[in-house]
Amino acid sequence: MAPPWLREGTTIDGFLIGDLIHQRGMAVIRKVTRPEIAMPMLIKAPSLFEGEDSAAIVSFEMEQMILPRLSGIHVPKFIAAGDFPAHPYIVMEHIAGHSLLGLLEKLPLSYAEVAVIGAKVASALHDLHCQHVIHLDVKPSNIVLRDNGEAALIDFGLSHHDQLPDLMHEQFRIPYGTAPYMAPEQVLGIRSDARSDLFALGVLLYFFSTNLRPFGDPRGKRQLHQRLWRDPIPPRKLRPDYPAWLQEIVLRCLEVDPTRRHPTAAQLAFDLSHPDQVKLTARSERLRRDPWSAVIRRRFNPDAAPSVFKQAVAAQISAAPIVAVAIDLAEGSEALAEALRTTVRRMAEIVPGARFACLNVLKQHRIELDSTLDQEGQNKHLKRLVELKHWAHPLGTLENQITFHVLEAIDPATALLEYARANAVDHVVLGARTDSALRNILGSVSGEVVAKAPCTVTVVRPPRQDDALP
Amino acid sequence: MLIALFADIHANREAFEACLAHARVHRAQHWVFLGDHVNYGADPEWVVGTIMDYVSAGSTAILGNHDAAVAEPRSIMDSPAQPAIEWTRVQLGAAQRAFLAGLPLTVEHGDILFVHADATAPRKWNYVTDRPDAVRSLRATKCRMTFCGHVHRPATYNMSETGRLTAFQPVTGAAVPLLPQRRWLAVIGSVGQPRDGNPAASYAMLDTERSEITYFRVPYDVETAAAKIRQAGLPEILAERLGWGH
Repeated sequence: MAPPWLREGTTIDGFLIGDLIHQRGMAVIRKVTRPEIAMPMLIKAPSLFEGEDSAAIVSFEMEQMILPRLSGIHVPKFIAAGDFPAHPYIVMEHIAGHSLLGLLEKLPLSYAEVAVIGAKVASALHDLHCQHVIHLDVKPSNIVLRDNGEAALIDFGLSHHDQLPDLMHEQFRIPYGTAPYMAPEQVLGIRSDARSDLFALGVLLYFFSTNLRPFGDPRGKRQLHQRLWRDPIPPRKLRPDYPAWLQEIVLRCLEVDPTRRHPTAAQLAFDLSHPDQVKLTARSERLRRDPWSAVIRRRFNPDAAPSVFKQAVAAQISAAPIVAVAIDLAEGSEALAEALRTTVRRMAEIVPGARFACLNVLKQHRIELDSTLDQEGQNKHLKRLVELKHWAHPLGTLENQITFHVLEAIDPATALLEYARANAVDHVVLGARTDSALRNILGSVSGEVVAKAPCTVTVVRPPRQDDALP
Repeated sequence: MLIALFADIHANREAFEACLAHARVHRAQHWVFLGDHVNYGADPEWVVGTIMDYVSAGSTAILGNHDAAVAEPRSIMDSPAQPAIEWTRVQLGAAQRAFLAGLPLTVEHGDILFVHADATAPRKWNYVTDRPDAVRSLRATKCRMTFCGHVHRPATYNMSETGRLTAFQPVTGAAVPLLPQRRWLAVIGSVGQPRDGNPAASYAMLDTERSEITYFRVPYDVETAAAKIRQAGLPEILAERLGWGH
């Protein structure tokens, strides 16, 4: 039931209430305008229920606390909140764009489309996780693609904020969420693992690429718990042309144990944006579900339940950084190459969850913009990749954490910076230019990257670099 | 209005000075001292003198059990508080002892209650350490927000209209919104003798306009504070525990 003051044509605190957008479940949402605010806006109020603290009220309180603390393009902008006892409401940006719900009639989508949408949603989730929030209700109707193509997440009523009281958790010991999308640990009542959102995104990716929900639409606790031991049908079984890389990504997201999923949303976005660099495991080959004997073993083995450990979202993210290592093969000396490897080894030792994107910039000349299209260009590209792999070879067992990328650009510093921004890179490692004369003429790539990078930058020099002395 | 909340200063001048300076930088407009201003630490005279100055300028100070023990010579405390309280009593002048003796057990300020310990029976000095304690204390007052100390470990509790309680460990520097539809009890950590494993001084800032509370941890010169305790001949444990924050 909608609160009586939330009728079309009434004005509340200067906001003129407009058309009904949505009235279902926990909240009522209407359009709203105010003369001095040009941005399209929505007003959201809890549906009213009699008696006990309803989940509608408590989830509204959660959103009332969380939304004003969020910023950026991946969430609706918070505008205002009403006085609670009299007029509980939140006014927020009405995002211009399309909900992913609209895509349901077009399923299954092409694999490329699924990867693009998945990468955008994973980037949005990473941004949210960096702001200490786990969404816990990722599903098509809670994702809006803005007109500029970026994904935004809406509805934080079931979310967990690491730095705020979790009223949902404390007041309702039963788990809240949307049954087809809930992660196994969420089904068990755990609300503090950011990787629960990756599971939900995995369900969405599976659904969008096969037109089937991996765990159906379970009703009741018993059906909901089945995902703890029953694995979904591998997508390749449903669509024989299903790419191995996509199955690898989707089934990794759907792992029961969160520690077996991607460690962060940024790493998932990275894989979805670089299909050719996805490390394929037995998952990617799977054609049938596990035999019943394995399912029954899991069902009755208490150790098979998801690992549970309480860790702040920020700590979860910092334990699995994306490190971009820029390697200048053209002029780098062996001493510098070794110094870079030493730095990577040290980082991998301290942060075992790190992944390393080895980058090399293939310089383009303005006048030969199309040179990559010809055979010579392709050969150059391939040669650089081979050289990058050669550089990484001595790193041995780190192989599974390393990917290789040749960027083609006119300006190396700009290319590195763009790459760091687009891939939510946490740390850039690069070598200093060894030739000081060349540095004077061309300027320093490292200097520019240090000054403009959106993250930490380490500039590596080999131990004895005599020519750097004056 | 920004109200700086200090609890359990325990005569630790170094910690108190660091928190006062921090709160000034953060534009505190009003100051509340939630009791246990003295005992354990080596600077009772300076601490009480400073609080007296603040109170004469309009600030609020509450009585704690250690302050009451100073004013009541027959009271017996556990070791190592007892030898320290006897030492403290000697350090303070008559005016300061009278000031402590005259402090109120509770102060209400609009819908806010300031009290040293559990509000159920302020003079019994019961700790608010868990949910049942918090429920009991919140039910003992009509005020929407209660701020207390005594526990030496920061914590917040809130209760919905139907009496459901939520506990929350505040995160340093992250404001906790005190939702107006709920009732709140905030246990401020200790300025002068933190006991949560973090030796940094603890205090909190209440923003009454935004209805938010932010807990802070302020590093201070623990070594000097501990050295002064040893120099005064107070029990060694009182110096040692400052370094552990326990």
